[in-house]
Amino acid sequence: MKPILDITDISKKFLIQHQQLPYLNFRDQITSIFQRDSQQEEFWALKNVSFSVQAGESVGIIGRNGAGKSTLLKILSRITPPSSGKIVARGRVASLLEVGTGFHQELTGRENIFMNGAILGMKNSEIKKRFDEIVNFSGVEKFLDTPIKHYSSGMQLRLAFAVAAHLEPEILIIDEVLAVGDAEFQRKCLGKMEDVSRSGRTILFVSHNLDAIESLCKTSFLFSKGKLIDQGPSSDLIREYISHKENILFQSVALSEFTQLEELSFSSYSLISGSSLEFHIKLKTKNNESMKMTDLCLLFYNYKKQRVAVYDLRNSFGRFIQVADGHSYEGKISRFNLIEGFYYVGLYYGVDAVQHDLYDLARIQVKNVAQDANIKPYDIQYRGFVELI
Amino acid sequence: MIDLEEQIIDSGQHDVFNWKELWRYRELFYFFTWRDIKVKYKQTALGVLWVMLQPLLMMIIFTFFFGRMLGIASEGMPYPVFAFSGLLLWNFFSSAITNAGNSMVQNSAIIKKIYFPRLIIPVSSILSAWVDLLVALILFIIFLSFYPVSVNILELFLFWPAAFILSVVSALGSGCWLSALMVKYRDFRFVVSFVIQVAFFLTPIVYPVSKISYPFLKYILAVNPMYGAITLFRVPMMESAVDYSLVGISVLSGLLMLTIGISYFKKTELYFADLA
Repeated sequence: MKPILDITDISKKFLIQHQQLPYLNFRDQITSIFQRDSQQEEFWALKNVSFSVQAGESVGIIGRNGAGKSTLLKILSRITPPSSGKIVARGRVASLLEVGTGFHQELTGRENIFMNGAILGMKNSEIKKRFDEIVNFSGVEKFLDTPIKHYSSGMQLRLAFAVAAHLEPEILIIDEVLAVGDAEFQRKCLGKMEDVSRSGRTILFVSHNLDAIESLCKTSFLFSKGKLIDQGPSSDLIREYISHKENILFQSVALSEFTQLEELSFSSYSLISGSSLEFHIKLKTKNNESMKMTDLCLLFYNYKKQRVAVYDLRNSFGRFIQVADGHSYEGKISRFNLIEGFYYVGLYYGVDAVQHDLYDLARIQVKNVAQDANIKPYDIQYRGFVELI
Repeated sequence: MIDLEEQIIDSGQHDVFNWKELWRYRELFYFFTWRDIKVKYKQTALGVLWVMLQPLLMMIIFTFFFGRMLGIASEGMPYPVFAFSGLLLWNFFSSAITNAGNSMVQNSAIIKKIYFPRLIIPVSSILSAWVDLLVALILFIIFLSFYPVSVNILELFLFWPAAFILSVVSALGSGCWLSALMVKYRDFRFVVSFVIQVAFFLTPIVYPVSKISYPFLKYILAVNPMYGAITLFRVPMMESAVDYSLVGISVLSGLLMLTIGISYFKKTELYFADLA
């Protein structure tokens, strides 16, 4: 059987304006006729990407920020054309790039259901048929005839997802929808998405929530810097993604004018909750000069970019330390008590009078703590962040 | 499994006018128009009355200054009828192209997230202005029936639809063109409001074209397609003869503008999401 989605050699080029104008200006356009300085730089958001997806498959798209995931989805949903290459889609494509686009604050919930459904490509008759279902799923029955500007943001979100979830395209594209909403709602969304994939439709799913990708998608594609670098079973790929040397710290990060972070590595990128975790930090200063380090913390974020834990390194280093070139730190977190899931590691530092947060320098997967065989742990969304023992 | 329709996505440079797709999305025309109208009248005290009041008040003002004080002739019909009929279509045209021009920028959030034929957005805002025209038309018909003016009913059924079609054609052409330009160059909106003001006086709305003595100037004014639309609209109430060669110029220039406007829109459409 022919694949439902055939992507051949897709590239997307952006021209970066170095003048940093938010939009083109007719006046400037006219003046630029007279002064030709081409301040443009090419940037390839995607470069020669090819893959295909079989009907009924759910695939995850994984990669750091700026890897080209969103650009790919935008091309697939026809929002922006590729610069070159070709995609053949054998079925209707619908995208959920951000729930609630097309909602109008002045319209009532009922009116917005119809409006949003139509924008997403549903027929009026289809919306009518599924109207009750949508309302039930959203749980906003009481406020159907109230303008949605009076809704809470959570209610708007539920309504928006309810409409989108009742789309029936052959190919559904989902980008980071689950990054918002409470745990209860997220579970509902994931359940709905499982239903969708079980009903034989194809899903392309982008999320920083690697747990969700692992549970929903059998196969995944890994992107880095605009290129498709690997594909395979989600669990293998996610393990590769979080432990791949290149992904840990792909290049040294400048902390200040004089100081660079050369390396941040861990003894394990996949560990059991409650076990110990060793880390290694290597800093480098320009011209081997000394630097003044005032703060250094390891930060742990969940996929929603919520900071869930901090490991303060000041105690082990002392408050003010001199670092020579190539100086490195070893350390050990004796009990890594976060509950199972994927975590992003960041860094807070204060060096040479610069204080700053870094996000997503490495990823760590935490697995379920070995439990007493008689006690089945509660579902993950009820357990907070930390396993207290 | 049934064989599903195949869609091809590529750099899209060869794009021709896709009627089939527009037809598939036909309900969206309705929904956008409906939304524009609905939103416009939410939280307004006068609501639909406002659409009627606007040409009525302008008619009263122009009747006082132009009709009474300056004594401008009006093609053999009472000046208020003359002014009202012109203002009716002009109000449609100016609000249609203003709304259409702003529409792409206003809906940029949707454009960046969801695909549908982009043409639906400016066209719907023109359609919603057209609904306003129909509402104002009711007032005009009431006005006509009370005013001592002879109306040729047969001509009315012939010329009014023609006038409406021509005004929609000219609004479509310039509206789509402006909306595409405004995505690219935001400062165009200042140009638009200025051009509309100038065009108001270059269109024979509050003065008759017969007032103009240079024949050459008449031809220039007729290039404005709204000239043709307004003239056609006035035919049933008019006693003097109409110069149909001028109307012909208007029709041709309206069609030309439609072609240019829509093809420019189609050409830039693909990159709206990157620009907006």
